[in-house]
Amino acid sequence: MGTHHYNLAEQFEFTGKVRNLSIIGIVIGLAAIGYGFASGASERTFANLLLMAYYFACVCMSAAFFLAVQFVAQAGWSASILRVPQAMARTLPFAVIILLLVIGLGLYSHNLYHHWHAEGLIDPNSPNYDNLIAGKSVFLNVPFFMTRQVVFLGIYSIFAYSVAKWSYNEDLNGGLESYRKSFKNSCIFLVIYGFTTPIFAFDTIMSLEAHWFSTMFGWYNFAAMWVSSLAAIAVILILLRKAGYMSWVNNSHLHNLGQLIFGFSIFWTYVWFAQFLLIYYANMSEETVYFYKRFESYEFWFYLNLAMNFLAPLLLLMDRDNKRSEKMLLFVSIVVLCGHWVDYYQMIMPGIFEHGTKDGSGFGIIEVGVALGFLGLFTFTVLNALSKKALAPKNHPFLQESLHHHL
Amino acid sequence: MSNIKYIIGSFGDPDELMHGIDKLQENNISIYDVYTPMPIHGIEAKLGVKRSRLDVAAFFFGITGTITMLTGVYLATVVDWPLNIGGKTHFALPDFIPITFELTILFCAFGLVGSYYASTHLFPGRAPRVMDLRATNDRFVIAVDAKENADHAKIDELLKGAGALEVKYNERKYISYE
Repeated sequence: MGTHHYNLAEQFEFTGKVRNLSIIGIVIGLAAIGYGFASGASERTFANLLLMAYYFACVCMSAAFFLAVQFVAQAGWSASILRVPQAMARTLPFAVIILLLVIGLGLYSHNLYHHWHAEGLIDPNSPNYDNLIAGKSVFLNVPFFMTRQVVFLGIYSIFAYSVAKWSYNEDLNGGLESYRKSFKNSCIFLVIYGFTTPIFAFDTIMSLEAHWFSTMFGWYNFAAMWVSSLAAIAVILILLRKAGYMSWVNNSHLHNLGQLIFGFSIFWTYVWFAQFLLIYYANMSEETVYFYKRFESYEFWFYLNLAMNFLAPLLLLMDRDNKRSEKMLLFVSIVVLCGHWVDYYQMIMPGIFEHGTKDGSGFGIIEVGVALGFLGLFTFTVLNALSKKALAPKNHPFLQESLHHHL
Repeated sequence: MSNIKYIIGSFGDPDELMHGIDKLQENNISIYDVYTPMPIHGIEAKLGVKRSRLDVAAFFFGITGTITMLTGVYLATVVDWPLNIGGKTHFALPDFIPITFELTILFCAFGLVGSYYASTHLFPGRAPRVMDLRATNDRFVIAVDAKENADHAKIDELLKGAGALEVKYNERKYISYE
């Protein structure tokens, strides 16, 4: 093993083209939102805002989950790349505020969740009375719903913010105290996260179609957010490396990330298919309605989803050399990131827009614009957080193992 | 001297073994093989070991399992005994994905165990043959073909210089465990 001379104190400089492009993205997003409301498609705009705010928050909170997993597994390989998920975790509180704003405003302006939150739904004397919704109203009522959102997202944010802070403290003070603290709190966080993310997904996405339910839905969403976060980490790492930063990141680190993306794409497919298979097999009308809507008017998206999130990683990342190739991993990660946009689109749109209505969803300026806006926002906030600290946690106990990582 | 088939350099430390490989390669002495009790990072690349083709075998065993199961299901549910189950088509593919997946894995696993035994000449009842008994315990061993490399004194010197604890001159290729 030769001696390496890495500049572990190097810092990312967030200037120039990337910064300008991300600001342009945000401006495009704001323009698209403005256009959406001005053209009267407020429901469609809110649906897109929910989609992207959910995506943004999920990618960031899964980065906190990534950090927790690395600490609990006492993983050594990832020590030198932790600053990227830390920057994403650091952005989580901001993403959470946006998500809560979208949910809150959507709820009170009746643009979102009107399936279970509307006048007279739970009043037996009202013409709008809905037996099923009334039965679920103990759980699905606005105060309890908002409390759950705030509590869950608050816990994730506090952990995400703290786990990054401990690592920054470690840079200054050294010693094992920060590592032990991170380890202990990661164990606690994983238990909380494991039990609460399904409920978070039920609330935020599944309740858009409150008549239908699936117990697989929580894990399905967990798989989607986890794999998209891994892909985001891979994209950021590869682009940073291309820009000349983090020269210690070698092909073995990419190989590990590639394996995780490959494995969890298969896991996503497994959960996605298990949900479909059970409903297909049982053939009960109150369950099949979900897939009926998707086959009726979203068939293209339905199969595109499978192609992008299953076939692409399966075929392109199976090979060892492809996992280690910067170009291929970057390409597949971008496909997977776009694929999970399609995945969330599949989950959200058919539930909000009845098939055949004039106000139906589509794919146009609002979709592309809002997506670009949040992409710009994500890039801006994450890279801004990344530029604040050194790119390597220089006192991490496993740093040397990570610098010499070899598969 | 002429009866010697293999020269065995036995090391106590993996780093010294790697050093020994470098020394031999610098002097253009071809290495027959290296035996170690544990995997050593980077040794395949250094020795120029060809990549295993086990993954190709795995693919073909797996696809055999897939085809077997789908054929079986088709014969049973369409050709032999079509039944109307919940109004679905006779060959309701999603229903049979899990079992097809299972059979793919089963064929793949069995096939790979068989391939592994065939390629390493192992099968039940056969005494394993090794070039140095301690290579499976606590020694890291370099084997050099004595016929191809004539200068035995130099090999001895290089191996010892790199830190070999012991250099053996074997007249038989393998020692049996019997």
